[in-house]
Amino acid sequence: MPEKYHIKTQPIPPRRPRVGKYGVVDWREDCARCHNCVKKACVYDRYRMESDYIRNLTDVDALYFDCRGCFSCVQDCTKGLLCLSVNPVYEGMGNRYWTPDIIKTTWLQAETAKIPVSGAGYGGPFTGTGFDAMWTDMSEIVRPTRDGIHGREYISTSVDIGRKPSFLVFEEGKPTGVFPPLLSLPMPLIIDMSPAQYSLPDLGPVIRQAAANTDLIAIFDPSDWPFQQADQQRYLPHVAFYLDSAAPEPPKEVLRKTRLVEIADDGKVLERIKKLKSIHPDIVVAVRIELDAKGPRRAIDLAGFEEVEVIHIAADLNGNEIGTKNPRFIKDMIREIHTALIEDGTRDDITLIAGGGIALPEHMAKAIICGADLVTIDLPLMIALECHLCDRCEPGMPCPAKLEDIDPDYGAGRMTNLIAAWHDQLIELMGAMGMREARRLRGDVGRAMFFEDLEEETFGRLFGTRKKN
Amino acid sequence: MVQERKIEEILPANTLRTRVPQAEVPREIKPAPSRFRNEIGKYVVHRSSECIRCGKCAEVCPYGVHVFKPGYKYFASPKNHLCIGPACEKTDHYCVASCPKGALKVADNPMTEGLGDYRWTADMIMATWKMAQTGDVPPEEYGLQYQCGDSGGGFDRLMFKFPDKPPVELDEDQIDTSIELNKRNDGRPKIKIDVPWYGGGMSFGSVSNVTQLSKASAAVAWNTFTCTGEGGYMERMRPYDDHVITQVATGLFGVREETIQRVPIVEFKYAQGAKPGLGGHLLGDKNTVSVARMREAVLGISLFSPFPFHSVYSIEDHMKHIDWIKHINKRALIASKVSTPTDVDMVAVGSYAAGTHIVHIDGGYGGTGAAPNIAKKNIAMPIEYAIDKVHGFLEAEGVRDEITLIASGGIRTAHDIAKAIALGADGVVVGTSELVALGCVRCTRCESGRGCPRGIATTDPVLSKKMDIEWGTQRIINLYNAWHKELIGILQKFGLSSVGQLRGRTDLLMHLDYSNDVEAKR
Repeated sequence: MPEKYHIKTQPIPPRRPRVGKYGVVDWREDCARCHNCVKKACVYDRYRMESDYIRNLTDVDALYFDCRGCFSCVQDCTKGLLCLSVNPVYEGMGNRYWTPDIIKTTWLQAETAKIPVSGAGYGGPFTGTGFDAMWTDMSEIVRPTRDGIHGREYISTSVDIGRKPSFLVFEEGKPTGVFPPLLSLPMPLIIDMSPAQYSLPDLGPVIRQAAANTDLIAIFDPSDWPFQQADQQRYLPHVAFYLDSAAPEPPKEVLRKTRLVEIADDGKVLERIKKLKSIHPDIVVAVRIELDAKGPRRAIDLAGFEEVEVIHIAADLNGNEIGTKNPRFIKDMIREIHTALIEDGTRDDITLIAGGGIALPEHMAKAIICGADLVTIDLPLMIALECHLCDRCEPGMPCPAKLEDIDPDYGAGRMTNLIAAWHDQLIELMGAMGMREARRLRGDVGRAMFFEDLEEETFGRLFGTRKKN
Repeated sequence: MVQERKIEEILPANTLRTRVPQAEVPREIKPAPSRFRNEIGKYVVHRSSECIRCGKCAEVCPYGVHVFKPGYKYFASPKNHLCIGPACEKTDHYCVASCPKGALKVADNPMTEGLGDYRWTADMIMATWKMAQTGDVPPEEYGLQYQCGDSGGGFDRLMFKFPDKPPVELDEDQIDTSIELNKRNDGRPKIKIDVPWYGGGMSFGSVSNVTQLSKASAAVAWNTFTCTGEGGYMERMRPYDDHVITQVATGLFGVREETIQRVPIVEFKYAQGAKPGLGGHLLGDKNTVSVARMREAVLGISLFSPFPFHSVYSIEDHMKHIDWIKHINKRALIASKVSTPTDVDMVAVGSYAAGTHIVHIDGGYGGTGAAPNIAKKNIAMPIEYAIDKVHGFLEAEGVRDEITLIASGGIRTAHDIAKAIALGADGVVVGTSELVALGCVRCTRCESGRGCPRGIATTDPVLSKKMDIEWGTQRIINLYNAWHKELIGILQKFGLSSVGQLRGRTDLLMHLDYSNDVEAKR
């Protein structure tokens, strides 16, 4: 049996005080000073931890909020002096897409590398927009493909990037012809360039290390890469340079050590692919297409060229179409492109990488079900470093996560933990679906249920036409 | 057609020998106040130091918010949960207006923001507590919006189209809320339960002893059932045998021939709505001495019930299992609990073909002691779709009247129960609402450390002492009574004399997001 893909992890506690959802406000006035005070009975020992925290406080900008919201002390206090409140700092984190709950769960995974588990039923909305408007399927009792919780080690999350010959020709029992280069990643995830506001000097090495730890590939702007580093050998196979039209090409000997390169869609795509292949015939070249109003059409057209082997479609950070008034969501654009490629008969010639708005591990699985071969991760890796997504990353503004001070081991470790947790959760979803191959998940919409379809089949049949929002 | 036989004729000799006297619990409604000192209410009453303790407020308030105990110098803290808030302003018994010193203030309770979630809103939790306390629906003046949650879909957007006047005037006692669980004519007992719901499976291990026994004795009082879950059959549960469903799940924890023979219904758990396709998982912390003994397992290690049954990969295999149980217990009805995949309708029909009496579909938003968040949110469809799908398919196959369809996974109130039945279920299984009646706040921490801080879903010896069986039983009996009243009210408004007549009556429902003119669409 080949060696199993396994990401080594270890718990890495946060550097900054946790921003919890709840806090308890204590109106000390009128306290009866009971000797069996409810604070002593806190199951989580929160009050003692809070006073320890305050005693050792060196930094006054962070309050202590680690209450779990069980209301026990609030309801048992003799004088009713305690009041539970929702932490305004928590509520203020992120934005409408990157909700505080997403940030919190990402922190937890980056700390523990574990799958988040909780009790009680799901408490969220019935459905939502984007990826929340679909459910993944499970197999009940009658599918021979699945083999239960003990069979998870047999689930493969590997995917291939590059062109696969659609058929083989044999001569005298041996396959003949040219085989285009093909690279395999152990899970359907690529680390995308970090958004512009995170231009921190230490970030590059951290991301490179995380890519090496997880055996994945990180896309880099070559201007951020110190080519002379001694440890090139170790990291270059885990790096893909992004070359926009103006970017100088990296030195040939550096390029030859990489497996994937990405170029901007600048009108000279075919010549550039040719040129890169002439430098390094075994490199796989991806074309990055920004998903503006013309993006999907451009991706479909470009897939028709024989030279193009990989297309990376990128929506904005929230997964929306770029620069339009009523933007479409990445999920729908993936489906559109995937379906069009099938109709053109080119789907199996092209590897489709999709990115933008991939915030949770289920988004990875759902984007693949919608038709992407693999997805990119960007902001979640920054959140792993305890970023609050406060969007105030200007010089002189205090960063609540103190990102400028990160230690490389801490940073790479947290990112590695997060990716490991995502990998485990992808296996959970695939296990429930009865899928043993991430490659086979691509475009298999039969393993998903879409809100619109279920609504129409059920309530549309019973109650007429759905009102527009 | 097989003739039905008496239980004594079909019970195996060893079961008869080991039978213990069965508990009798009266269906009596008694107040069961909160076990916490400060019950949370929708409003808070503030009393300032201006108060001269004249007692005027206590005199005017008919709800008992203000308590001045004789012999005390000051007023006790106001009983906020009894206050009806600003609605009181228009009455002549508004304490704020009556106070000669203006020392009183009534405001919204800011804590409700931290209570509950989209599915279980703060109002719904507080209303369920009130029902468990009084045995009646909360009076209208409290302004609690408890019929629906705030999830924005499914049950929360479905409403009943009540006619202005019922087509037939019926008295409460003319309305029958019972359902039959055995619709097959196979000679097995025709078990009838008085209300169209029974308690869901919660294993000893996931919840405390006290919780399980409270559920069981409330089930006796209401002539319905509770389920052991898969953590084994406690000896202390024996006096409730006739109202217990025992579960055979993939881990087979605590399943013995003898436990199968004790009960009138045996449930096969294929999957659970909160973690479909993943199996059960009791975290090591909860595997205490008593749990380990019951499950015949090693102390402190995580216990998995794998998914699926490794001996069931087809309907024929399923049938083999059912035959095995039917042979061991000749009076038992068989229930099959399955989750809601896209082909749930096929699974239900297959289960019927295999000989099951009850097909129990558990939707994606169901409760659990511990499940990966990714599974709870994403895997399998919500129950609202599944009920309609299965009901329709069973009808099309012509077997609808030979099988009982039970739905669960997000049934929170009497209105949800009625809506589920109107969509096509015969009855429902409830779980979370019983725990809320016992004081759950849905903090979702059932699984961690010592378990539930409120002492409900825990096996910690100290925490589980926070509650006793008598109180727990009364709370659940009261909740059932409130639901029963409400259900009768719904049937009365439609002029339906039995809950069976409501089944599949989607014409009585409307959806707030639809045009509700299906005829025009056709």
